Amino acid sequence: MINYILRRIAYALPILIGINIITFVLFFVVNTPDDMARMQLGQKRVTQEAIDKWKRERGYDMPVLWNSQAKGMKKITDSIFFQNSIKLFVFDFGQSDNGRDISNDISQRMWPSLAITVPALILGLIAYITFALTLAFFRASYIDVWGVVICVIMMSISGMFYIIGGQFIIGKLFNLVPISGYDSGVNAIKFVTLPVIVGLIGGIGSSTRWYRTIFLEEMGKDFVRTARAKGLSEKVVLYRHVLRNGLIPILTGVVVVLPMLFIGSLVTESFFAVPGLGSYTIDAINSQDFAIVRSMVYLGSVLYIIGLILTDISYTIADPRIRLE
Amino acid sequence: MPVVFITDALIFLLLFMVCLFIWYTLKHEYLRIPWRQVGKNSLAMSAAVVLLFYIAVGLLDTIHFHPRLNNIDQKEIKYSTDILSLLDVLTEKLRSRVERTYSAPFATHAYAKEAIDLPEGRQIRDYPRLYYGGSHLQYPGKEIAQDILGKTITGMVMGIITWLFISMVIIIILSRIRRCSMTTEFKLIIRRQHLIPWHVILITLGCILISGVTLAYLSSYYHVLGTDKVGQDVLYQSLKSVRTGLLIGTLTTLVMLPFALAMGIMAGYFSGWVDDIIQYIYTTLNSIPGVLLIAAAILMLEVYMTNHAADFTSIEQRADMRLLFLCMILGIMSWTGLCRLLRGETLKLREIDYVQAAQAFGVNHVTIMTRHVLPNVMHIVMISIVLDFSGLVLVEAVLAYISIGVDPSMISWGNMINSARLEMAREPIVWWSLGAAFIFMLGLVLAANLFADAVRDAFDPRIRTIPAG
Repeated sequence: MINYILRRIAYALPILIGINIITFVLFFVVNTPDDMARMQLGQKRVTQEAIDKWKRERGYDMPVLWNSQAKGMKKITDSIFFQNSIKLFVFDFGQSDNGRDISNDISQRMWPSLAITVPALILGLIAYITFALTLAFFRASYIDVWGVVICVIMMSISGMFYIIGGQFIIGKLFNLVPISGYDSGVNAIKFVTLPVIVGLIGGIGSSTRWYRTIFLEEMGKDFVRTARAKGLSEKVVLYRHVLRNGLIPILTGVVVVLPMLFIGSLVTESFFAVPGLGSYTIDAINSQDFAIVRSMVYLGSVLYIIGLILTDISYTIADPRIRLE
Repeated sequence: MPVVFITDALIFLLLFMVCLFIWYTLKHEYLRIPWRQVGKNSLAMSAAVVLLFYIAVGLLDTIHFHPRLNNIDQKEIKYSTDILSLLDVLTEKLRSRVERTYSAPFATHAYAKEAIDLPEGRQIRDYPRLYYGGSHLQYPGKEIAQDILGKTITGMVMGIITWLFISMVIIIILSRIRRCSMTTEFKLIIRRQHLIPWHVILITLGCILISGVTLAYLSSYYHVLGTDKVGQDVLYQSLKSVRTGLLIGTLTTLVMLPFALAMGIMAGYFSGWVDDIIQYIYTTLNSIPGVLLIAAAILMLEVYMTNHAADFTSIEQRADMRLLFLCMILGIMSWTGLCRLLRGETLKLREIDYVQAAQAFGVNHVTIMTRHVLPNVMHIVMISIVLDFSGLVLVEAVLAYISIGVDPSMISWGNMINSARLEMAREPIVWWSLGAAFIFMLGLVLAANLFADAVRDAFDPRIRTIPAG
């Protein structure tokens, strides 16, 4: 097992290097630091001194790959590539373009993100599986048909409308919870409720439909027919055979998003003014803070790869037929 | 004088390819079978009619030109610097009738109070009359309900006449094809004895035409969906957004398709180190969270554009470049899924007898891949194109909100929703922009989803059953 995990991590390394190179090329080669400085400092009338100063403050004044003026190891380490990209490997994100420590920001801002994503995921799973199982139980009846129709309609509505609608109906019309904002500690609950509900409703369409097909696929299998032939009640068949086997693809599908929960949802957080990592990224995009965006791209990729590895491991745990080789 | 943007050219290319595809399908019976199955699905056909209307609006909006200036003095013909599309010309009234600021649907008075100068010199604060909305009414308070009702009925009658006319044309064409009289054709449709559910198509057509013509008729007297902050008609904006939505949904696929096809088939066919490299490429690209990659790329594009401002002669051209770039980035991200599916399918196909036989005969690899493998993976391509489409249209709205979507100067549903966020906080709320974007988007995405489901059911060999006889 450990051997397998180690090998998976070894496979992930070249991918991380690839991502690192892509972000580096995107942020430093396509546009030189000079271009970025000009963008940040205002479009046209910028003196070269101002640009140089901006670059020096952020350490972008070094050569891109190879510093021929430095000595020894410094030839490599005193370059933009080493300072800004290699250091990402050890999660040293450095400073943002306006001088804040990114690692510190991330460790603080991931908690509000988690406060929304974790309840949304758990409640969502329970709700969607219940709905899907109900539809599968009433398969090919009017309940099933209309259920699927409603799912397709809900899928076709942009997530933005759920957020705006939720804010308007629950927050403004009924005044149940604050429309947006965040507070620490227990008080956070009243701010978290609305984003969680909205996230839940937004996912109903696609998830329920997808889980329904999974359950229906299980229902067509031989062991279900055997169970029915044994004379088991439909309820027992559904809960003991269909649900349990259907959970394998569902749960392993969830595992891949687990690490990504840290990042939070960009749109939701920014709509509800939650100070999580999602709104952190959006703020960075809007204020064109390249250092933060670069760090978040890298962090997101790392978390995704961790999710992939976890998925592979969870398969072997959930389904004993799969051997680690 | 016609103007062709890059996206326009790509749309025409796409249109040409679709025509080619249709011609190819018509010639091959095995390709016609699944489409015939789609044709039998009444929900899918109804969705197809809706989609056709969207596509028609989008295509009308794709033909751009510089309008000719009416200048009698000069001999030579002069062209305006504005770039208009055919849709702009058709909706001239909507486009040009700009109010000062917000106004509600069917309003005759502005949304906010303003200081009005009375003839005797005093000033009062009241809701001023709109320039165009309901300007034909003398006493709007009394007349408006009656007027709207009357105009709606007139519009609906016109719509019904149009519908009847078009239905007649369809029935005549059908009866010519089947070489029977029009009355028998009509009876066949009424009794639902056609394989293709023509009655559903005609009913959908009727719904769209009647509501469309009524809207068009009413919109020449009122702002049917209100006006936005700068006083532009929301109906006009919704119509203009159709092109943006369609472009994002289709061009992205067009851009990524060659890569996905080539890479996926090569990875599956050659396996070994080719497979390793291609797998490495798509795993790496796939690992970067989509929104973040788009954000990074768009940020870089913005930097590039501000530093090379001289390369873009007009705002339209700038917006167009950005749209194309967005499609490319979305394409880079979405080709990985298709590529993986194609690789898996090709791995299976490689072991099948006819490919083995072709290899034994010494047919070269390129020929095997294009003649033997490609046609047999086309169903996967077909399914993923239609399934991706609706997702991409929805993504556009989200991206616009994070301000990494299409250019802010470009009219799109995303930008409409984005600006509507602040409008919801106003008192009384400005709901019409949001409502219009909601309805137009829901129409397109729902139709696309329903159609995609039917296509998937018809093409997926696991589900597909060839009807007996």
